[in-house]
Amino acid sequence: MNPSKVELEAHCIDHNAKLVCLSRDPVCQVVFHFHGLLSTSQTQFSDCRGRSLDPCAIAAMDFSNFQAPGMYPYHASASKQAEKSYVDHPIMGPHSSSFTLMPSAPTTHTQYPYVTGTSVLGIKYKDGVLLAADTAGSYGSTVRYKSVERLKPVGKTTVLGASGEISDFQAINQMLEQLVTKDFMWDDGNNLGPVEIHNYLNRVMYNRRNKFDPLWNSLVLGGVKNGEKYLGVVTMIGVHYVDDHVATGFGNHLARPIFRDEWRPDLTLEEAVALLEKCMLVLFYRDRSAVNKFQIANITDGGVQITEPYALQTNWSLKAFENPTAGAVGSW
Amino acid sequence: MSMVFAPQLAEAAPTSHAGASWSPYDNNGGTCVAIAGGDYCVIAADTRMSTGFSILTRDHSKIHQITEKCVLASSGFQADIRALQKNLDARHQIYQHQHSKQMSCPAMAQLLSNTLYYKRFFPYYAFNVLGGLDTEGKGCVYTYDAVGSYERSGYSSQGSGQTLIMPVLDNQLKSASPLVLPPRESSTPLTESEAVDLIKDTFASAAERDIYTGDGVEIVIINKNGIRRETMPLKRD
Repeated sequence: MNPSKVELEAHCIDHNAKLVCLSRDPVCQVVFHFHGLLSTSQTQFSDCRGRSLDPCAIAAMDFSNFQAPGMYPYHASASKQAEKSYVDHPIMGPHSSSFTLMPSAPTTHTQYPYVTGTSVLGIKYKDGVLLAADTAGSYGSTVRYKSVERLKPVGKTTVLGASGEISDFQAINQMLEQLVTKDFMWDDGNNLGPVEIHNYLNRVMYNRRNKFDPLWNSLVLGGVKNGEKYLGVVTMIGVHYVDDHVATGFGNHLARPIFRDEWRPDLTLEEAVALLEKCMLVLFYRDRSAVNKFQIANITDGGVQITEPYALQTNWSLKAFENPTAGAVGSW
Repeated sequence: MSMVFAPQLAEAAPTSHAGASWSPYDNNGGTCVAIAGGDYCVIAADTRMSTGFSILTRDHSKIHQITEKCVLASSGFQADIRALQKNLDARHQIYQHQHSKQMSCPAMAQLLSNTLYYKRFFPYYAFNVLGGLDTEGKGCVYTYDAVGSYERSGYSSQGSGQTLIMPVLDNQLKSASPLVLPPRESSTPLTESEAVDLIKDTFASAAERDIYTGDGVEIVIINKNGIRRETMPLKRD
């Protein structure tokens, strides 16, 4: 059933009843923006055939014009169209993980991530920029999703890679898609390059941090525009920098030292891929949230190419992996 | 986690930050120094950007030129520093549109103080040193804390290596003591090149003992001829 096509019928049942929890699954968080609806009514949602709807379907619906029959006609203000505010904005608007009947009870913001991606690596090479990331989405200590694409193209000149909360990465991608569409509609022969996207994401992350409601990601932006190579990072509190080689999360500890030792500005594509694969392998051996399934994005003046996911040859018969506890205090 | 619905009220419910497991601040390290002379000002900062015990990048500038004769060096939380720089830039643009001239260094000093105090209850985690030439063409240095309290002085250092550098400047700059009466000019009698050499020595010393200072030092010199930049590598360990 396509949620966006379902017709909505609301039944006002009990004016003083509370609405029960729709979903206890923290991963399927339901975010609502209600306009013109009294809080004291119990509302039950069903489709036009009388079947009640599951939370994810309700979440996908558009409530902006909702007005239930038989309820107090609390009309949204006439100037709703005119005012340009962030009330409805999917990213900048208010988000809550708990709602309340009492106006005095505090709203809370997400304090920790749920489904996360691990390191993203990036290096410049002779002809462009390479980004690499594995395809794991962890749910705490469980590797819950094994085919998450954490590298996405932005326009024709840039690739965005993200570690951290996957849902926040998806929200960021929606924002960037709107940005790129608006840029296309200018139809002026110019298009947003990596520098502009980096600055934009920088401001978004910093402003969310100012509201104590961060997007829980570390982002890597790599791109080439007019022959200029660009590689930058933005973290969840707005810290940002550019460099010839970057990494997020564990990559900062395991991959950056290898980059510092072996990176050169005139690496060929083969050498650069080999360097990235070496680091991804180290991360697979030593980072428990990493899986042996990677994608590499290559951005050159000619455009963006992201590989299909592939695996690397591992070697578990290295001496260091034999009898790892031998000689350790307390081991047998 | 039960959820009950509430309409979008005109005023938002109070927000609770209790049990927050993340900090909105980080210290990205670094040290800034500025020295005022009779007709010049030298501002310097290292180029290392760190977080925790990791180095993020070795080549990040902490120095930002706001006006023709006024340069801001800041260490601390880099995101706040960048936001502060953009804020001052925007305000300076407006000033130029309104007054058809650039802001003087003492005026920018006051603006920076007010900007910092404006966020007294969620501060910019930025430790600033403002340097430039005042309206008479003499070197001036203003030094700040994170919430805007400031003072004009002959020289200053801020940041992770501040305590290592300040005593060396006190000893070597031969400036009049700020305690002497009647109060004397606190700018240094050293020449411009002597001041630059001293800066290089102090950063090399600070880099030995302060883990957050190193990789390189960027030195900006302002005098009546304009602005000049020099860099010097520092130990990368």
